[in-house]
Amino acid sequence: MDFFALLVVNGLLVGTLYSLIALGFVLIYKATDAINFAQGELVMIAGFFVAALIQLYRVPLAATVAIAVLAMMLLGFGIERVMLRPLIGRPVIAVIMATIGLAAILKGTGPLVWGAETKNLPLPIPEAPFLVNVLDVVVLVSPIQLVAAGVSLAFLAVFGYIFLRSRMGIAMRAVADSQQVAMAMGINVERYFALAWAMAGIVSALGGIIWGNLLGVDVHLALVGLKVFPVVILGGLDSIPGAVVGGLIVGVVEGVAAGYIDPYVGGGTKDFVPYLLMILALMVRPYGIFGKEIIERV
Amino acid sequence: MPVLALNNVEVIYDQVILVLKGVSLQVPEGGIIALLGANGAGKSTTLKAVSGLLRPERGAVTGGAIEFAGERIDTLPAHAIVRRGIVQVLEGRRIFEHLTTEENLIAGAHTRGDWGAIVGGLDMVYGYFPRLRERRDLKAGYLSGGEQQMLAIGRALMSRPRLMLLDEPSLGLAPRLVEEIFEIIQRLNREEKLTVLLVEQNATMALTIAHHGYVMETGRIVLDGDAATLRENEDIKEFYLGLTEVGSRKSYRDVKHYKRRKRWLS
Ligand SMILES: Nc1ncnc2c1ncn2[C@@H]1O[C@H](COP(=O)(O)OP(=O)(O)OP(=O)(O)O)[C@@H](O)[C@H]1O
Ligand SMILES: [Mg+2]
Repeated sequence: MDFFALLVVNGLLVGTLYSLIALGFVLIYKATDAINFAQGELVMIAGFFVAALIQLYRVPLAATVAIAVLAMMLLGFGIERVMLRPLIGRPVIAVIMATIGLAAILKGTGPLVWGAETKNLPLPIPEAPFLVNVLDVVVLVSPIQLVAAGVSLAFLAVFGYIFLRSRMGIAMRAVADSQQVAMAMGINVERYFALAWAMAGIVSALGGIIWGNLLGVDVHLALVGLKVFPVVILGGLDSIPGAVVGGLIVGVVEGVAAGYIDPYVGGGTKDFVPYLLMILALMVRPYGIFGKEIIERV
Repeated sequence: MPVLALNNVEVIYDQVILVLKGVSLQVPEGGIIALLGANGAGKSTTLKAVSGLLRPERGAVTGGAIEFAGERIDTLPAHAIVRRGIVQVLEGRRIFEHLTTEENLIAGAHTRGDWGAIVGGLDMVYGYFPRLRERRDLKAGYLSGGEQQMLAIGRALMSRPRLMLLDEPSLGLAPRLVEEIFEIIQRLNREEKLTVLLVEQNATMALTIAHHGYVMETGRIVLDGDAATLRENEDIKEFYLGLTEVGSRKSYRDVKHYKRRKRWLS
């Protein structure tokens, strides 16, 4: 029982991080209709950058976080400006191919600039796990995971609020609904495209810092991008609450499955279980749990 | 001096399809001007040329000039044109389906500075369209066709335009609803000093509220005159007011040709 609870709690904590990273994907898909295959690589490059700032250039942590967030935001802006804006109005496949190309370029750039070996990304957070009592079940959690979950949830809440309540969020959703009509309302559509990419950059920076601390920084960090697809398919490609719920589900299911199955098969469960879940979800609810409803009136 | 003037405007889609072949028309401040014509004549294209909305359809103004309040606007992006006081209500009730009624209206006020202006705008729109107030929290995709048309007009009003380009507001609506909407357009013109350029298939309705009308055919203006004269014009009567079942294949010129021959025979 306690083992199960441990797996669930750890799954939830990891899941919030998946949610945060998936948020980057969802923001871009929602605003621009582009499927970003480079989300994991954005997280990876952020990890490289942060590790370099801390280890190589000895920048203090607070400044590092600020610089990384800013730099990734600018990278997001830049990608939209240079690579995607010329593709507006082109077939979806052109954008998909462009982001796959971007993924490859980012994956090459990190090791090229900062070296291929795995780097530590130390954070001033105690390593020792401690016991927490959740509903009379005692589980072991590590501080970094709690911090990660806290940061993720905070950012999800902030972005969720912006999207659902602010004028900027209404404009972003208007752009997502119909670009031409949004233009007719005086909304500068391209600016909102850039904004979505910038937000994805911010999310990637945070993901890179936390995930890099947990796993160490090398090209394998980009593999977290593979979790994005099950998460967003489960939750709905264009839904922020969906990203949260999808992330938690994937985190828990893969964690529990790995806990029970890995000892027998020697690992790897975490890699395929999310996709099994994704395929099941596609068969049952193709638009995800919170995906955009298709409005049909008769 | 007209507030909007099109001078010999040419529009090309996809860099090869010439759709407007030198359109000139003028909209005086405070007027309601009707732009009539059969399907495919280029009416919507004319409006989009003014509002800057050709770009997402790979169209461009390639000749002539469009002036609004004395300033050339044919090279400006759409959002800059809205800021100058022109707003287009697109054909076919293009509301933001997944936003609520009120969010649609707020999106319409995108170019307005502060919440105060938005609240004032909401009050005005709900004043003209009380039904929208009742539906304010409903997803706009679930509004009825008439309510969606009201929302599309109300949303455009939120930018406090000087000139509204209205593309077939009567499309697919029951006659009573059409009348209601035309009445409101007339009231907006009088009470809010809103200048209107109105594209319509329903020429009868359009010419009852318009002051002046233009008739378009295959990318050209073929006729214009004040509304009363156009209402009396035999050819218009035959082609646009009466014999709508003649359909879009038969052109205004054909009608004229046919009539001339008939007159000559008799
Ligand atoms: N995006 C486009 N690309 C190519 N051709 C276009 C495009 N949009 C319109 N056209 C063509 O331009 C011509 C005029 O179209 P437009 O929509 O302006 O006509 P309209 O007068 O508004 O017709 P309707 O009454 O049917 O709305 C048509 O022949 C149409 O096929
Ligand atoms: Mg049209």
